[in-house]
Amino acid sequence: MKIMNMVKAINDALDLKLKEDKSIVVYGEDVGVEGGVFRVTEGLQQKHGADRVFDSPLAESTIIGSAIGMAVAGMRPVVEIQFSGFAYPAFDQMVSHLARMRNRTRGKYTTPAVVRMPYGGGINALEMHSESMEAFYGHTPGLKVVIPSTPYDAKGLLVSAIESEDPVIFMEPKRIYRAIKQEVPEELYSIPIGKAKVVSPGTDITVVAYGAMVREAQKAAALAEKEGISVELIDLRTIYPLDRETIVESVKKTGRVAVVAEGPTTFGVGAEITALVNEGAFLSMEAPPKRITGFDTLVPYPQGEHFYMQSPEKILFEIIDTMNY
Amino acid sequence: MFDVYHPTKKELFQIMDNEGKVINKEWFPKIDDSTLLKAYKELVFARAADLMIVSYQRQGRIYTYPPGYGQEAVSEAVAVQMKKEDWVVPAFRELPLYLAKGASLKDVFKFYMGDEKGAGWSNAKNMLPISVPIATQLPHAVGLGYSLKYNKKDNVVYAFVGDGGTSTGDFHEAMNFAAVWKVPVVFIVQNNQFAISVPFETQTGTDTIAIKSVAYGMPGLRVDGNDFFAMYKAIEQASEHARSGKGAVLIEAVTYRRGAHTTSDDPYKYRTKEEEELWEKKDPVKRLKAYLITNKLWTEEEDDRHIKACKKEVDKLFIETEQELSYELDEVFDHLYSELPDDLEKQKARYKAFLEWKAKRK
Repeated sequence: MKIMNMVKAINDALDLKLKEDKSIVVYGEDVGVEGGVFRVTEGLQQKHGADRVFDSPLAESTIIGSAIGMAVAGMRPVVEIQFSGFAYPAFDQMVSHLARMRNRTRGKYTTPAVVRMPYGGGINALEMHSESMEAFYGHTPGLKVVIPSTPYDAKGLLVSAIESEDPVIFMEPKRIYRAIKQEVPEELYSIPIGKAKVVSPGTDITVVAYGAMVREAQKAAALAEKEGISVELIDLRTIYPLDRETIVESVKKTGRVAVVAEGPTTFGVGAEITALVNEGAFLSMEAPPKRITGFDTLVPYPQGEHFYMQSPEKILFEIIDTMNY
Repeated sequence: MFDVYHPTKKELFQIMDNEGKVINKEWFPKIDDSTLLKAYKELVFARAADLMIVSYQRQGRIYTYPPGYGQEAVSEAVAVQMKKEDWVVPAFRELPLYLAKGASLKDVFKFYMGDEKGAGWSNAKNMLPISVPIATQLPHAVGLGYSLKYNKKDNVVYAFVGDGGTSTGDFHEAMNFAAVWKVPVVFIVQNNQFAISVPFETQTGTDTIAIKSVAYGMPGLRVDGNDFFAMYKAIEQASEHARSGKGAVLIEAVTYRRGAHTTSDDPYKYRTKEEEELWEKKDPVKRLKAYLITNKLWTEEEDDRHIKACKKEVDKLFIETEQELSYELDEVFDHLYSELPDDLEKQKARYKAFLEWKAKRK
């Protein structure tokens, strides 16, 4: 065991996988010499060589497009999009090819690539650096979408993503890249994609969160405890395929559900979770599902961002509202 | 060669004239008679198939199809000289090449009849599917090229795009990446003068496509795409360049789409009969045939017999495909992921329940 933050844990997963499997390459903008703008790939080029860890020209569409070609040819590319807000030029490649190659060739060609992208707000960044658009990818047939909330999960989930035979969009909550430190095994281990985790058990309300919102929800749960409300907190870990069972089982027990997510409310992950609890736990419901999610606005610039982001108090406010229904 | 015909000179590389007479002996390729005849026969087969698919569409037996009529020599020049492990990244007008790569005409029929089973080219090795979104296949060629380089293989990638595709961002990005990474990719632009209805002049501010290679830092060549010998030589030289580790090449094949963009298109909205007649004189099949007959390698009688045999074969394959056509519910779901996610399992099961309900209701 070693104390690691998320940056180090992801670096560690890449390092160990690069060592283990020669078909893996890691590239993107500033990924090689600099080690990425967040230093996630720091030191990997020196260790594994410039033909395996390298800088690409500045063009997202061909970063992902070239990864598709490599993956079809049997390689395992792990590419970095510097910020999720820069992924849009590559959207065509992800939707039209990355997600579809297996299906349109009836399994003859596959694209087991990983697209890593830091996402989310709360770091006082320039515009286009704060959004949470995971619903785009969750809505795209053929992709898997994974979002870790801790260093331990980040390493184990990234290992699974690299080993996955399907393309994985791996979204990293940059707000907590360095904010959480915990003991992480130094060896390789994996956490299955598609399985949520019950972070803490409770009896009154199920709170579903993922990414940087898990920590906020944990703080909110502690505040709720003081108000006499017992929260069962679920960390989704994977946006798609969604672990419906864990959520439904929890809500059958608690009778209430709230979803905490950064992205816009309408058509978001919260909407899908609302639908699934209605479908799966309708008769157990004591109150309507609650979405503690972003406004259907753009993420404001840093001066106004605090209005947009979910805080423990805001989450508590909505939990109390649901309890009082 | 790339220096002699440097794109800045804006010359068109040609070897034979419209009557099949050799006008450029210096660059005439070394190609034996049997290979040449094979190439010609394949051209004729592809043309017969192409024209017949259009007529099947008119009969309502196949859906929308983009014919390659008039452009066949561009693909055939690659088809006769590529190596087995070379990669082909098609656009969607390279019929002779699909077949040479080991695909069956039945794959083509199935794809355009609307069955994914045709998209992956059942028996062909190392060929990506047809790419419907224009030029988005070019970045894949770069990645394939990287894998060849990374694994130290002496193969190349042949990547196709049309003149319209050169306007896209992916064209620029792929050319740039290929040059920076020095990957073995031969980019072949089939400049067939129109992107659906939009003419070449509306597509680019440069006089040629080949000139763009200069800006990317790779060799480029403007070739008469309807001149089989010139195309052959160009592909030979480009392949040699790429295979020997010198990086990518851009070939502009100047040709003409004699048919419509697709069977849903009416070319007389944007071009004239006179223009079509002009290009008919430059037709690639006609020119190669003239060369073969003049050089006593082929006769009109053999030609008639071959065309008839091609048509018979195409029709046989088409009828067989019509009879084989099937599509099960499972096929909608089963190839999207390596393992079927629970959600899809449930959606499929629900549809089966609907089918059972529907059957009982009758």
